Amino acid sequence: MPDLGLEVLFKGKNMARILGGLGVALQISLVSVCISIPLGILLGALMTWKNPVTKAILRLYLEIIRIMPQMVLLFLVYFGTTRAFGWDLSGEASAIIVFTLWGTAEMSDLVRGALISIPVHQYESSAALGLTKAQTYLYIIIPQTIRRLIPLSINLITRMIKTTSLILMIGVVEVLKVAQQIIEANRMASPNAAFGVYLTVLVLYFIACWPISMLAKYLEKRWR
Amino acid sequence: MKKLRKAAAVTLSLALGLSMATGASADDAVYRTLDEIKEDGTINIGVFSDKNPFGYVDENGEYQGYDIYLANRLGEDLGVEINFVSTEAANRVEYLQTGKVDIILANFTVTDERAEQVDFALPYMNVALGVVSPDSRVIESLDDLGEDDQVIVISGTTAETYLIENYPDLKLQKYDSYATAKNALENGNGVCWANDNTEVIAYALQNEGYTVGIPSLGSQDTIAPAVSKGNESLLNWLNEEITALGEEQFFHAAYEATLADTYGMDYEESLVVEGGVTAEPQSEGATEAELTAAEEVTEAE
Repeated sequence: MPDLGLEVLFKGKNMARILGGLGVALQISLVSVCISIPLGILLGALMTWKNPVTKAILRLYLEIIRIMPQMVLLFLVYFGTTRAFGWDLSGEASAIIVFTLWGTAEMSDLVRGALISIPVHQYESSAALGLTKAQTYLYIIIPQTIRRLIPLSINLITRMIKTTSLILMIGVVEVLKVAQQIIEANRMASPNAAFGVYLTVLVLYFIACWPISMLAKYLEKRWR
Repeated sequence: MKKLRKAAAVTLSLALGLSMATGASADDAVYRTLDEIKEDGTINIGVFSDKNPFGYVDENGEYQGYDIYLANRLGEDLGVEINFVSTEAANRVEYLQTGKVDIILANFTVTDERAEQVDFALPYMNVALGVVSPDSRVIESLDDLGEDDQVIVISGTTAETYLIENYPDLKLQKYDSYATAKNALENGNGVCWANDNTEVIAYALQNEGYTVGIPSLGSQDTIAPAVSKGNESLLNWLNEEITALGEEQFFHAAYEATLADTYGMDYEESLVVEGGVTAEPQSEGATEAELTAAEEVTEAE
């Protein structure tokens, strides 16, 4: 077995530090997910409205967030708000704001897509069966939409977890930054540590994202 | 890594442009004066958390290194607590421009371009380029190189830029990463390797059979603390502090405590700037002996 330099992980508090870093990443991404999913569903439903004003506003919001790299958004919120308005947001707060804005925008487009993908005859058939509008949504449209949404939103959630690796650029020490710190602190003593430590980071991200995928699989099966 | 930094820098400037465009001009005083920092009881110092041995975090989660050694002393002499902020090469200027940190102590090389955006205090370290070669053929001057000799460099580094500008006839072998350049030298693909002198010195010390033939090449740059543009009270205090620390040979003590393990004692005089007093600019390819001599002359003054 090649020398992966894994022993550096067991020096001092390194193990606790790297797990703490994962905790920071998960906290920020999951708080953002919890806010952006309900908001995204609401905005997605609004996007299917025929009202041109709400349509234009939501479209503009979605496009701006989608075009901009997350790194730019992070800098804009963290440094930009200080420059423009003198706010002194912490790195963590800025990260949650950016991830929520991003998650909401992407989620709303997923919801819009899922809603409009339900064929018109589904609405017409339920009307013909005498269901009210509320009943149509409750029993026909929403269950089908949710089933279509699950794989897409799991994708978004795991992407949000992994993208937290960018927040080290605004001074938040998360799992990847702790990994880099450990590698560099042992540059002389264990020059091979980079491989082992990055491998550990990979495993940690996997452990964080795998249960979410499993949950999605289970739900998809159950609601078939 | 350098490429990543470049990408980050581009992103940063884009973000900046946008944040400027969003309107309202920034508050006039983004920074905190010396008195405000003392009153608050905490100073925010931006440092590297992954640049051993200058600024890094040890296995107990404590910040360590040459920059940190100075930072701790500054906090002690100011009588305030220190809040270390982990910065990256690409966002150091931005941290000062928004006043999110009071001082940057992150291996910050003084350049004219940066001096327009932040205020540098007196320097506390020298940096230059260096060239390492195998003991079997030590290269002491780039003029000694023959027709077929190739020089190893890492793409995007100051070494590459400097050699292209000043030695256009030299044959360069470019590598993307530290690891591949190291392999190339060990396999004899090139006759020598040019990089930051701290890097080549550390390399020669860790690897048997290699010598730094040219420890100082090109312009001699310095590393200094930086504060937000216009923060005169803090800048003046820093300058007085650095001068005063020179009297007790503080930076030599800092070198011995933090850098000696990596660079050995031989380079102490050429790397350390004591009390903010630098040597005269070095001629190209000055040898280590000349460099040390020049330092000693300055110190004698």
